[in-house]
Amino acid sequence: MDYFLELLLGGLTRGSIYALIALGYTMVYGIIELINFAHGEIYMIGAFTALIVASVLTMNGMTGISVLILASVVAVLYSAAYGFTVEKIAYKPLRQAPRLSPLISAIGMSIFLQNYVLLAQTSDYLPFPNLIPVLPFMEPYSQLMGSTELVIVLTTTVVTVILTLFIKFTKIGKAMRATAQDRSMAMLTGVNVNRVISNTFIIGSALAAIGGVLIASHVGRINFYIGFIAGIKAFTAAVLGGIGSIPGAVLGGLVLGWTESFATGYVSSDYEDVFAFCLLVLILIFRPAGLLGRSTAQKV
Amino acid sequence: MKALSEFKKALIISLWFMLLTFPIMVIRVNTIEKVVEWRWRNMAFIGIGSFLLSFVWRYLLGRKEKGRKLAEAGSVEARPFSRRLLDEPRIYRPALAAVTLFAVAFPFLFSSYQTNIMTTALMYVMLGLGLNIVVGLAGLLDLGYVAFYAVGAYSYALLNHHFGLGFWAILPVGALLGVLFGILLGFPVLRLRGDYLAIVTLGFGEIIRLILENWNEFSFGPSGIANIPRPGLFGIQMSLNEATIYLYFLMIALCLFTIFVVNRLQDSRIGRAWIALREDEVACQAMGIDKTKTKLTAFALGATWAGMVGVIFAAKTTFINPASFTFLESAMILSIVVLGGMGSIIGVILGAFILILTPEYLRAFSNYRMLLFGTTMVLMMVFRPQGIVTNVRRIYKFRARGRDGEPSQA
Repeated sequence: MDYFLELLLGGLTRGSIYALIALGYTMVYGIIELINFAHGEIYMIGAFTALIVASVLTMNGMTGISVLILASVVAVLYSAAYGFTVEKIAYKPLRQAPRLSPLISAIGMSIFLQNYVLLAQTSDYLPFPNLIPVLPFMEPYSQLMGSTELVIVLTTTVVTVILTLFIKFTKIGKAMRATAQDRSMAMLTGVNVNRVISNTFIIGSALAAIGGVLIASHVGRINFYIGFIAGIKAFTAAVLGGIGSIPGAVLGGLVLGWTESFATGYVSSDYEDVFAFCLLVLILIFRPAGLLGRSTAQKV
Repeated sequence: MKALSEFKKALIISLWFMLLTFPIMVIRVNTIEKVVEWRWRNMAFIGIGSFLLSFVWRYLLGRKEKGRKLAEAGSVEARPFSRRLLDEPRIYRPALAAVTLFAVAFPFLFSSYQTNIMTTALMYVMLGLGLNIVVGLAGLLDLGYVAFYAVGAYSYALLNHHFGLGFWAILPVGALLGVLFGILLGFPVLRLRGDYLAIVTLGFGEIIRLILENWNEFSFGPSGIANIPRPGLFGIQMSLNEATIYLYFLMIALCLFTIFVVNRLQDSRIGRAWIALREDEVACQAMGIDKTKTKLTAFALGATWAGMVGVIFAAKTTFINPASFTFLESAMILSIVVLGGMGSIIGVILGAFILILTPEYLRAFSNYRMLLFGTTMVLMMVFRPQGIVTNVRRIYKFRARGRDGEPSQA
């Protein structure tokens, strides 16, 4: 039973992070119907920025929670800036192009960003300091769930709630929903569609950076390639839950996290990624609209 | 005044990029020795580079926009320059003769090292042409193409290891296994649209690689399989040098075969069905084209070539392991197709030579190889989505100002 509980909580942590990254995918897809392949790389850049800032700060004698906060804030800002720039360079000139073009451009951008970090930094794994402090009241449960894991789950919950409220009630959120429904109609009612798309990229990238800082603290090491697998898995999570839907992304993340956790725990740990991909294929075959998505008929 | 505002824009862009790349480009921390390396020079490079590039970028965007407007107005020559060059018999006949002569003489003029590189480039020509069927003609973005390549390579390595079968026996087997796996992948993804398809094929490629890596009893795991024999020729013993030359000519022959088949396929009934499917799936079905059959044949016929090249790859390197079949390989083949021009045979051939030979001969750039691939893919999509050589589809149109109203072929 303990083993089961351990896997359950492990899957919850894992799933929370997938959910954070999946939110960015799902928002971008909802608005411009593009799989932003570079999203995983934005998350990787967030983790790298946090590592660099944290290292520089600790070497200059700073310690404690302030390092975590400063590093996270800088990472979020930088990731948002990267997301914004990537959209302007690789996707905006292709608004009118056939669907295949922005997709290929996105793959190119992803390869570019990976190799940019590889060349500018290093190809080795870098140890990532655990910035999240150990919470004393979690001490008795440390066998099951550490403080880092607790922080991850709580952050995801808070972020999701804020995002849901933001999209529901603010003006920017309303403009985003309008653009997702019908871009030309939104334009006619005075929504600045280009700005909405930029906003979406900025918000999605900021969420990815939070995910990056959290997972790097959890795993304890990063390299330039972490964004690739994380990106595919987060995309799987987004599709699983129904792409375009925010609660769907969270649900999908959790389902994926648990699937992986139980499959590696009870079946075999060698095939961790295979389970994720198989789940993706199965979902797409049997329920292409995802768990919470609505299937839309193609209009001619 | 316009120049000033342009200048200001470029300045802002360069400041933005300097800020953006600051943590990654300038700071490098050594977490073990606890030292920070500040590389201010990089910042200057980024600043100057992005300042100049922003001018080029906006100039090219403006030109593209102008070109589009001209095309919409209908006042632009329908056939692009590269195509007119290729259609001119006075140019392409001597060019073809020169290329043939060069190809035949190549292994005798240059060292076996150069011949080896050329053989590799020819392998990528074949892979590119195979992927071109799936991506360029049928419009199905396949990001797991390398899986079929791996299937071919492992089928030779394993069948040879266990049963001692030779290269020539396995070459068709590899192609058939490619077809089989193509259909295997094709079935579940039939109903998926473009972007879902891309991610599922990517997942498929990764699944194959992970299985090869982890299933030790079957594939010998990450350590791979060594001592794979080179292709034989009626049992003649060949030195290493001779074997290289033999493989080179074998590759030339196979490439010619591929070009011939793909060219014929393109104009066949099935080829036109692929193009129709690419252009509009719904309209294509309304015209009575069987979508299932068309998609499956595209996957199967595309995978054939990858299976064959896989067998040759195993025979050429005599050692394979799963590390040769990563996603980057798929991305490289895809960028060959994209750079060359989707759907254009000449374009794909040129694309393969450019992308494989340039990093080989410009050793200084070999570190930047993948960076350049990524950049190429983005830039080609933004500025020249049709590739180096535009594929001109057969079109028949009525000339509005014709004297007797007779339809003429354009």
